[in-house]
Amino acid sequence: MSGEVQAAAVLGGLTESEESETRRPPQAPRRRRLGLGDWLLPAYVVIAFVFLLIPIAYTFVFSFNDSLKSNIAWRGFTFDKWLNVCNVEGGAVCEAFGNSILIGVVSTVVATTLGTMIAIALVRYRFRARSSISLLLFLPMATPEVVLGAGLAAQFLAVGVPKDMTTIILAHTMFCISFVVVTVKARVASLDPALEEAGRDLYGSPREVFWRITFPLLTPGIMAAALLSFALSFDDFIITNFNSGSVTTFPKYIYISAARGIPAEANVIASAVFIVALVIVVGAQVSRAARAKRLAAQTG
Amino acid sequence: MAFAAFSTAEVQPQVTRRKSPIALFLLLPGILYLVLFFLTPLFSLILTSLQAPSEFGDIGVYDYAFNWQNYVTVIQDYWPHILRSFGYALLATVFALLFSYPIAYFIGVKARRWPLLQSLMLVLVIAPFFISFLLRTLAWKQILSDESLIITSLKAIGLLGPDAYFAGTPFAVVFGLTYNFIPFMTLPLYTTLERLDTRYLEAGSDLYANAFTVFRKVTIPLSMPGIVAGTLLTFIPAAGDYVNASRDFLGGPDTQMMGNVIEANFLVLLNYPAAAALSIILMAAILILVGVYVKRSGTEDLL
Repeated sequence: MSGEVQAAAVLGGLTESEESETRRPPQAPRRRRLGLGDWLLPAYVVIAFVFLLIPIAYTFVFSFNDSLKSNIAWRGFTFDKWLNVCNVEGGAVCEAFGNSILIGVVSTVVATTLGTMIAIALVRYRFRARSSISLLLFLPMATPEVVLGAGLAAQFLAVGVPKDMTTIILAHTMFCISFVVVTVKARVASLDPALEEAGRDLYGSPREVFWRITFPLLTPGIMAAALLSFALSFDDFIITNFNSGSVTTFPKYIYISAARGIPAEANVIASAVFIVALVIVVGAQVSRAARAKRLAAQTG
Repeated sequence: MAFAAFSTAEVQPQVTRRKSPIALFLLLPGILYLVLFFLTPLFSLILTSLQAPSEFGDIGVYDYAFNWQNYVTVIQDYWPHILRSFGYALLATVFALLFSYPIAYFIGVKARRWPLLQSLMLVLVIAPFFISFLLRTLAWKQILSDESLIITSLKAIGLLGPDAYFAGTPFAVVFGLTYNFIPFMTLPLYTTLERLDTRYLEAGSDLYANAFTVFRKVTIPLSMPGIVAGTLLTFIPAAGDYVNASRDFLGGPDTQMMGNVIEANFLVLLNYPAAAALSIILMAAILILVGVYVKRSGTEDLL
């Protein structure tokens, strides 16, 4: 999508290092008297959140609709769609979902590997053409997806490559790399160099220091980058549409079926993905808060 | 955070940088990949935009040429779409900013004392990302369809005329764009507001400025980096979007944007040069607008 920066920040929650907790600016101003603003702002925020969540609730509720082909009018409650997700249209929804997962996993692995390597180089090494490289990494994030999609499609056309699963994966990997670099770079920059020095002082070879100290410390950032890549790839429609040929991904399936009505099974898959993503992110946030508390207790 | 790319200057290295062949080994594969699949396609797009129809007259077959008239043709044919794209994107950006600023302020400043609440509210802001972009948009279409509860009751109490409708109107498209890109606006705003030193606000009120003046003269300028990053992150994808304005989603025949005509020309009409020329125009216009905007807001160091 849209995906664009997407989860960048979700995941930002995951990447933020403990160190940023301690660097927080001073607390909110001491309150003087209770005024209009004291309840107006919270009230607005509550209403705004309700507004943001309306389409999600709608999608979830309509995954239980006992609908026939299209899923527009409410026809009664059923668990049937959840239990038989793959039974509609010869499993077209599930096939599209499977394609999306496969594409997401492969592009995530490639983009995370390449992006992490670049991030380490950017923070740790000096080299020429640094600013051109930064620009090259920034530009894909600032280019509208329709341009990225049309550009790649024009390229594949010029070279004579037929569009299939591979071209989708090549496209997704391309737009994920920059986001991985940005996410991992923050983590590399916040590493305490003393830890690596300690490793070297204890006669660790550069290889040992990297794999036993640096890499484990980078893991949270790399994990966040991988989740972000997967989320971007999984929800991408615009770039996929230009480079997919006859392959259908989950978002493309929805786009194609929009005209004749989306079966409730698509709502089931979307709701299930939503729940899984929410559990991962809330879990990460809660465990981060717990860790911060533990750290504070130890040091305080 | 990932938004650091947009909202803060380059991270300062803590370790002294050294020169090493390892750097080349680390950089080469990824950079090569971007050159191959990002940079080359952009050049390809420029070449395609200058192509002329094949002499044999087959549909979808073009020869390399220097046919710059393609640009004149697409501007003549599609100037309403071009204007519409930037108009809708601008409106969506302004609405998203007005909608998001109070939320970001609440999470970033007011909720500082409760970090867990802060992170849970952030999760709520990005929750829409976890459900398919296309399904969210369709959900709004159905929630606001003619027979829906909201529209019928608004008509019943007379707030809407009996013939009023939502889907297919420019209002619906701008609404969809605003809704879909709100998180892009809220997150960078939050990132800067979270770092806002509230002692400056106290200083302002100590100097007898009222709440509004403090907000205008202190809070807004201090949160400028977030405003710039958020408006760019909203404006760029909104200008190139073609899902919201598509006829099967929130748009109609009179709301088609540049993205829609690029898609139609490329994938349906097989008029690759026209699609490529439109893409180049979109990209160039965005780069110019972004450049001017960033310069005028005095935040060059963001990029």
